[in-house]
Amino acid sequence: MSEKTIVDARGAFCPGPLMELIAALKNVQIGDEVDIWSTDKGSVTDIPEWCKKVKHDCVGIVEQNGYWSVLVRKAK
Amino acid sequence: MAKQILIIGGGVAGTIVANGLCRQVKSELASGAVTITMLSDSDKHMYQPGLLYIPFGKIRESELYRDQRKLLDKKIAFFVDAAKNIDVDARKVTTASGKTYGYDYLVIATGSRIRPDTIPGMTEGAHWFYDLDGARKLRDALNDFQGGKVVINVNAPHKCPVAPVEVTLMLRDFLIAKGVMDQSEITYTYPIGRLHGLEPVANWAVPEFQKLGVKSEVFFNTKMVDPKAKTITSEEGVTLPYDLLITIPPHSGSQVITDSKLGAGGWVPTNKLTLLREGSDNVFIVGDTTNIPISKAGSTAHFEADTVVDNLASLLKEQRWSRNYDGKVYCFIETGMTTGTYIMFNYTTPPNPGPPSAMVHWLKLSYNRLYWLSARGLL
Repeated sequence: MSEKTIVDARGAFCPGPLMELIAALKNVQIGDEVDIWSTDKGSVTDIPEWCKKVKHDCVGIVEQNGYWSVLVRKAK
Repeated sequence: MAKQILIIGGGVAGTIVANGLCRQVKSELASGAVTITMLSDSDKHMYQPGLLYIPFGKIRESELYRDQRKLLDKKIAFFVDAAKNIDVDARKVTTASGKTYGYDYLVIATGSRIRPDTIPGMTEGAHWFYDLDGARKLRDALNDFQGGKVVINVNAPHKCPVAPVEVTLMLRDFLIAKGVMDQSEITYTYPIGRLHGLEPVANWAVPEFQKLGVKSEVFFNTKMVDPKAKTITSEEGVTLPYDLLITIPPHSGSQVITDSKLGAGGWVPTNKLTLLREGSDNVFIVGDTTNIPISKAGSTAHFEADTVVDNLASLLKEQRWSRNYDGKVYCFIETGMTTGTYIMFNYTTPPNPGPPSAMVHWLKLSYNRLYWLSARGLL
């Protein structure tokens, strides 16, 4: 049974949402998901680009009320 | 019945909370209405930002340390007895010696630690300066270094987010002074698609690095180090050769946090405004131990500790909440051996680094001494 971890990185200037995602993925199992919340629009492109490079699955981006929810599944 | 305040951790956060609270509840301590107890795994207090200067021979090791007992107000009960289990439901903490401590309010300030052991080959093949032993070895390696490829490799998560930029710029000045920069090449790697987590710092660093001839490799998350071949390889598939590898290893939180099942990776889920542990109304988390998406840095710990002091004092004296943490962080940034700049930000205001100056460099060197007043709760 896979688990989902929410990382609320809204308003995070440093180290920023992608760094928080990288850190969070180290603490979950393969197949688990991390839902990263970001107010930085750059996350919408940064996170999928990074996932493609390291071969994790970016499984969804949803614009919420004032932030983006980016769902990533750990693939390796 | 005295209200018992128990603080776990004798680093910057725990020490400022302890000393600061002593000043706020003097009369309650004198009357016995409040007690403050600190547990630490060391009898020494280290000024960790000073480690940056060790590899370059710019600070004496003795300047990094003070006796923790002498740093603390005498009214604080201090025990070198590391916490081994924290039971927030039963409100008790068990230590290495087997003792058990109860509390009315608990402050967890157990910090973070480097984990080069989590990346194959890193311990054997890399140098670092995030602990004294590593900084000493890097100092020796730099003394022996006669030129070649230097890779400065940054991993996530790590504390003191500006230190990698600082060590890069200081290293360049060091190699110039040593007369080997012409035969050297510095490459800086960073896990995300820019040179720093903070976009304004990244934007500032790009022209600085270009001007100084520092190469960079972004989207570089370390997969392995091959000490024999002297190469470092990323998850993204890039391999870089090196003659000298300086890494900022990935960090994790304290073992007692994971052993007590208080948070994955040793980071405790924490309300970013109240600094209370999620699900608790009497457990404060402060410094690197939180899971708040904010810089793990001494100044973060300092400003969080000030907030916890105000709230604990108000709760003890007036049974009311005082104020929320606004995310304040202030970091000096060394931009070489003779200049520096700084950044300041909070949850709503982004940082904006100014042009480097000699004055800010001297301010940072001054603060390296003034820190001991902060630890005593005076500054």
